[in-house]
This record gives sequence, C-alpha cells and structure tokens, in this order.
Amino acid sequence: MRRLRSLALAVLPLAVALPLLLGLRAVAGPYLTIVLLDVGVNVILAVSLQVVNGFTGQFSLGHAGFMSVGAYTAAKVTLGLADVQLAFLPTAASDAVVFAGALAAGMAAAALAGLLVGLPSLRLRGDYLAIVTLGFGEIIRSVIENSPWLGGALGLTSLPLETGVVGVGLAVVATVVMAWRLLRSTQGRALLAIREDEVAAEAMGVDTTGYKVRAFVISAAFAGLAGGLVAHLIGSISPGNFGFVRSMEIVVMVVLGGLGSISGAVVAAAGLTVALELLREFQAYRMVAYALLLIVVMLARPQGLLGTRELWEPWRRRRTGGAA
Amino acid sequence: MTAGAAAPVLELRGVGVRFGGLRALADFDLALRPGELVGLIGPNGAGKTTAFNAITGVYAPTEGEVRVAGARVNGLRPHRICARGVARTFQNIRLFRELSALDNVRIACHAGARSGFFGAWLRTPHHRAEEARIHDRAVSYLEVLGLAGRRDELARQLPYGEQRRLEIARALATGPRVLCLDEPAAGMNGAEKVALMELIRGIRDRFGTAVLVIEHDMRLVMGVSERLLVLDHGVTIAEGPPAAVRRDPRVIEAYLGDAYLEERHLAPPPGDR
Amino acid sequence: MPARLVELLQHLVNGLSVGTIYALIALGYTMVYGVLKLINFAHGDVYMVGAFSGYYLAGRLVPERAAGAPPPGLAGATLQAALVTLGAMAVCALLGLAIERFAYRPLRGRARLTSLITAIGVSLLLEYGFQLQPIRGLPVAFPPGPTPRFFPELLPRADWSLGGVSLSNYDVIGLAVAVALMIGLQLVVYRTRFGTAMRAVSFDPKVAALMGIPVDRIIAGTFALGSALAAAAAILNAVPRPQIHPLFGLLPGLKAFVAAVLGGIGSVPGAMVGGLALGLAEELVAGYTASSFKDAIAFTVLILVLLFRPDGLFGRARVEKV
Repeated sequence: MRRLRSLALAVLPLAVALPLLLGLRAVAGPYLTIVLLDVGVNVILAVSLQVVNGFTGQFSLGHAGFMSVGAYTAAKVTLGLADVQLAFLPTAASDAVVFAGALAAGMAAAALAGLLVGLPSLRLRGDYLAIVTLGFGEIIRSVIENSPWLGGALGLTSLPLETGVVGVGLAVVATVVMAWRLLRSTQGRALLAIREDEVAAEAMGVDTTGYKVRAFVISAAFAGLAGGLVAHLIGSISPGNFGFVRSMEIVVMVVLGGLGSISGAVVAAAGLTVALELLREFQAYRMVAYALLLIVVMLARPQGLLGTRELWEPWRRRRTGGAA
Repeated sequence: MTAGAAAPVLELRGVGVRFGGLRALADFDLALRPGELVGLIGPNGAGKTTAFNAITGVYAPTEGEVRVAGARVNGLRPHRICARGVARTFQNIRLFRELSALDNVRIACHAGARSGFFGAWLRTPHHRAEEARIHDRAVSYLEVLGLAGRRDELARQLPYGEQRRLEIARALATGPRVLCLDEPAAGMNGAEKVALMELIRGIRDRFGTAVLVIEHDMRLVMGVSERLLVLDHGVTIAEGPPAAVRRDPRVIEAYLGDAYLEERHLAPPPGDR
Repeated sequence: MPARLVELLQHLVNGLSVGTIYALIALGYTMVYGVLKLINFAHGDVYMVGAFSGYYLAGRLVPERAAGAPPPGLAGATLQAALVTLGAMAVCALLGLAIERFAYRPLRGRARLTSLITAIGVSLLLEYGFQLQPIRGLPVAFPPGPTPRFFPELLPRADWSLGGVSLSNYDVIGLAVAVALMIGLQLVVYRTRFGTAMRAVSFDPKVAALMGIPVDRIIAGTFALGSALAAAAAILNAVPRPQIHPLFGLLPGLKAFVAAVLGGIGSVPGAMVGGLALGLAEELVAGYTASSFKDAIAFTVLILVLLFRPDGLFGRARVEKV
C-alpha cells in the first residue's frame, strides 16, 4: 500500500497532465499545434539549461550541442528500427514504444556527452567555462558535419513524424517536475550552495566538482530529450539546426526569465517563442534583438524578470522551501 | 574515543605552508583533544588563517602531517576533510547570501544524505524521510544559536552578529569533531563578544566538540580558552595556559607596537620594565 | 634540400604566418583580462570590425583600382596600405572605447556573470548587426550584410621560392609588422607612464586608485590598445586571405583566446608565445595528419593546458584568498 502510494506520488504530475494533453490535442488546430510544440521544446531547453546556469551558477553556452547529440541518436534509432514491429502491439503503439526508446537513447547519449564535456571543463571558473562549452558545441557540430554516417552537412531526412502535443507535453511536465523537485531537495540545495559560494560549499561538505558534473549531465540529458523531439517534429535534422545561434537563444530565455527561476524560464521561453512567431517578417532582426535584449537586461535588471523567485511569489523575497 | 579519551581528534605535526618563496606557516604543531577549547592568537599576518586553511584542506600543506581522529588527511579536498569531522567558519563571512537561514544550515546537513537525485525526483519515502530529518536537524541548530525566529530570512538580510552566529550554526550542522572558528567575534562590541564566547563554551559543553578559535582580542580569548597558541610570522612562539602565555616576553614583543598594547589589553607585567 | 625538410619548413612558415595573427588578437584578450579580470567576449568581433573598416577605407582610398585604372607605384601602394591599416586601428580603438564605456563600465563591481552576459550581447550585436541589409543613404554600403566580401589587394603579391619553400611578400610583411607591433607594445607596457599605470591596475585596481592612478582612463586605454592590435591583425590576415564576412571573427577569436590561456592569461609575452605556438601546432598537425582536424586542435590544446598547467606557460599561480 505504501509502495503504491509512493509510486502514485512519483508519477502523479504525468497522470494529471495526460488527460489534459489529450484534450488539448483534440481542440488545437494545426497552427496552434505547431506553436505549442515550439513552445514546449523551448521550455524543455530553457528549464534544463537553468539547472546549470541558474541553479549551479555555471555558465554553459553549448546547450544546442547536447541537443544535437540527442537528436542524432534518437534519429538513428528510429531510422534503424523503422521496420521493426513489436508483435504484441498494434502498429501505432509499436511505433510509439520505439519512439520512446529512441528518446531515452538520445537522453542517455546526451548525458554521456555532458559527462565528457563536464569532467575536464568544470575545473574552470565561470568565464573560462563559458568559452570552453561554446567551443565544445562547435566541435560537436563539426564532428557531425564530417561524419557521412550522420549525413554530413546535409543531415538526416525522412524521420518518422512521431512528435505530437501529448509527447511534448509529457516531456515538458517531466522536465519542470524534475527541476522543481530538484530545487526543493538536499541535492538541489547543494547546487545552490555552489552558486552562492563555492569555497564555503566545499567547506560544508559539498563535493562541488561532483555536483557540478552531475548538474551538467542532467542538463545535457534533457537537452537531448528536446533534440529527439525536434528531430521527429520536423522530420529532418542538419548540423545547422544546432549551432551557436540556437545555444544563444536558450541562454537569452534563461537570462531574461531570471537565472534560477523555473517559472521565469518557462514564461520567457514561451513568451519569446510566441513573439518570434508573431513577428515572422522581422526574422532578420531576431539575433540583433536578442543581443540588445541581453545588454539591456544586464544593464537595467541583471536579475532578469523574476530573479531567483517564482512567478507566484513576487511579493516575497524568496521562497524558503519546506520539505514538500 | 572512550578509553583513549586523551587521544587527539586533531593533530598537526611539523606543518608548513609555502607560497612560492613566502613561508606563511612553519613547523606548526598542535594536538587538540575532544572537548578542548584552544585559542590561536597572533598579530596580523601571523599565519593563523593559513593554519586553518591547511587543516581544512583549502591549501595542501607543503610539509608535515595533518591527522583527524588518527587518519592522515593531507591533500584531501575540503569536503572530504569536512566529512572526517572538521568544520569551520570564515573570517570574512561566507554565507550562502541569497538563501534563507534555514537553507544555509540544511546544506551543511547534506553530507549524510544517501537518497540521491533519483530519490529526489521520484519523491521516494526514503527521500522524504531524509528531508524531514534534515529539516528537523537544521531547525534544532538554529535554535541552539538563537536564530529560530530568523529561519526564513535571507542570510544577507540578517544583522551582522546574527550572520556570524549563522555561520557557527552551519558549521555545527556538519556534525564536526573539531570546530574551527576564524575570528567569530570580529566587528562585535564588548558585550556581544563576551556573550558569544559564553555561547561557544556552551556549544563545547553541549556537543563535546573540540573548538579551535582564532581571535584578535587577547583578553577575550584568554577568558574562554583553556590553552593558547601564539603565532608570529608563521612560527609558534608560545603555547600553554593563558596565564603563562600572557607573561611570556616573546609574546609581549610580538604584540609590541601593535594596537593591542595601546589598548592595554596586554600591559606588560610589573617588573618587566 | 630533402623534400621532407622542405615540407617541414613550409609548415613552419605557414604556421608562423597564422600564429602572428593569433598572437596579435591574443594580446587584446590578455591585456583586458589583466586590468579587468574579464574575458572580453566581443574581442573576436572587434577583429571582424577591423577587417571591415579596412575594407571600407580601402574602397574610399583606392577607388581608381576598382575602376580599372593603372595600379599606383609601390611607394603609393605602401602608403595606402599603411593608411588603411592605421585607419582601421583607429576605428577599432574607438569601438573598444565605446564598448568599454557603455557595456562594461556601468557593470563594474557587479557579479562577473553580469559582465560576461553583456559581453556576449555585444558580440552578438556586432555579428548580427553587420549581417543586416545596408542602410540607405550612407556613403558606403553599411552594414555589409551576410554575404562574404573580398578584401582589396592593397599591395601587389610577390611569390618567392627559397630552396623549394614558397614564401610571399605578404608573409614577410605580416611577420615584420607583427613583430614591430609587439616590440612597440612591450615598450608601451614597460617604458611608459601609461604602461606602468596599466601594470599597477592589473596588480591591484583598488590600491592603484589610492595611488592616484585614473583607473577608468587606464582601463579604457587598455581596451583601445587591444582593439587596435586586433584591427592590425585583421588587416594582416585579410590581405593574404581576402574573404571576410560578419561571422569570421568567431573562430580566430576563440583560438586567440586559447592562445592567451596557453601563454598564461594576463601575461603579455605569454600571449605572443601562445599565439605562435598555437599557429605552429595547428599547421603541423593539419599538415601531417588530416586538415579536417585543424579547428579541433585549438580546443584540444585548451583542454590539455587546463588539465595540466591551468595557469599557462607564463602565468603565475593564483591563490584565492579565503
């Protein structure tokens, strides 16, 4: 009985979200669906980057690189298993299972990439780390471009279009719940301690290097999840989708929402995505606008929209947290 | 630790720290027994904080040996040394400024946590029980330091004296055998300092922790500690009970010209003139 | 000469030629880091602006070349090249001053992360602002837009062969100008009041301010100096490798940063040696293995340095005060 209750608690958010998402899928028209999917993917990216940049106080500029690792791994899995039909399931369900497996593989590969990048570079202070992650993002991109097996510069095409409102919605809920529960746990507080004062954190028994690497791995894994979803949303991927510009977009969302605020990242990701959708004819000015946004936010309100607070507690200085 | 109650919890033998050509600490010996309260004094730049950094792993000692409860800890990372039972405060307060007082102390309770990230994500019963335990422990340490009413305030918003106390609460929460306090009374007025020293003695009595205190105010540290160690230019120049140390001519010389003499905290004993 | 020796010498020549460019850019990183403890993320883009400034200046100064008129004599061409270079250096010095004044100075004393994010913003602004379509009504087509431009041939190219090693006058001039600039910088840093003040600020800005050194002016001057060197590097690079576009500062910027770290960030001689070493390493590895690895070498070097000698070849160990 207790076991059952704890299982229910673990998956409660997903169980609540599922019928809502099924309803949303039924009522959303094709245009709204596309916007929603874009918003969802960006929310996953922004919240997962928040784990490194907001909670742990490190500064990664290579998020799109991890995204690409997840995207290519998931794409390779679905392409490789395109003809596999699980005997005991109807076709659609069988495809969904394969897709879920592909996403999991993408997350695992991205997590591994996060570990490989994290181990050497997390000995570095913030500004060095930023440049190293930027370099790694570019290396991942150039490796893919030079790998015929991964389609080179042209990329991979004709991937099954498996990504839908329900899949993205569940992934968003999983990401937000992951970040939220992390923030309110002793493990999450260890990350915050590193952000606040690394020397003091270390002196209080926090294995700072170990936790930084873990934050990196977690963040990379969820970037990989977003990558897998994107690949099966458009049906094709190429290295150009995951360049420096993509990484910067995610950084802008996190900085604008407030480093450390989950709801801030969600609001900024959703707001920027919708704004870009509405201002399509001004695409050429997008990056210039991002650049100005970064500078103006830092000069006028360096804590971002919400700082480290959450949306529903604007009057309080900061949540104090309780064992929820 | 029962039969051999006299066995030191912290032992330094011939410890030296060099920065390039600069010798910040030389041939430093110290044995701290359980429940002992020892003062480490000396003029500015004498090497007191360097000694703390060598003990807690911020710097690896270039010579000698540091043992905690008999085990050698030279070169271990600070969090490992903390896990062995050495906790510290900082001369220039280093709290987690943007976190609440409670969170500051809860982070220090972290070392014993076993549930891991997946426990946190799945909210397992084990994890929740552990969170509750950490919460209760943290609250109890806040109470000991008289900060129970401040638990939800951000560390940076606390008045200065309370920040100092919060640092002690945080250090205690790691469950140390040895508590190293780096000028815990700095910046306080006379009455506050006396109250703090009483509090430190109370903590020692209650938890049985050995305490090593760096203090500038000699008179104060003499009143509270059983034994004193005096450093000057990285070298130990005197050691023993306060009454003997205060009459030691080398100690008086080390402090000559320093503000302390003018404040007459250390008037030379009659007959030395 | 044996063929293998010729090949080696050829790689050395090419490596030195690229290495001097890295070294000149790296100097800007290292000087700004010295006085501000800030990695000027936009430095690679200042380099890009330097190339475009030269491009526009050459377009104004050498219009008859575009019209197909006979080329000026060697003396005239040299004068034009020098004017273009100095002009680009002046433009970038002003740009450096502006960046420091409006993006970095208001944030001094705040969290490092704040300055870093602003620096990234400035970098993106230059990269993407330059990719916009030209504004109507300006005397030159500015911004240049996203398509690559070709830097005009300021000096006629002359190729020589020394025992099989091919060498052009560009290589020789590039090396000579770079060495002259580095010697000049060394003199500025160690023989002038400004240089003394710069080293004082680098050592401890608070104490320097107490000693009456105008810290703000010194920092601004350091930005101007570093940016001017980046512009010189850009011209020296654009003459032999003429394709320029708004994003082409990104990679040299990153590599020069690696060079600065390799030499020990904050160290002026370190940046020079680091730049040359990186240029040679790239050329040799690419020459003897596969050239597709070329861009990955810089980052491999960075990881190795950070793992084994995080303070670089000439850096002093930093001890954080606790």
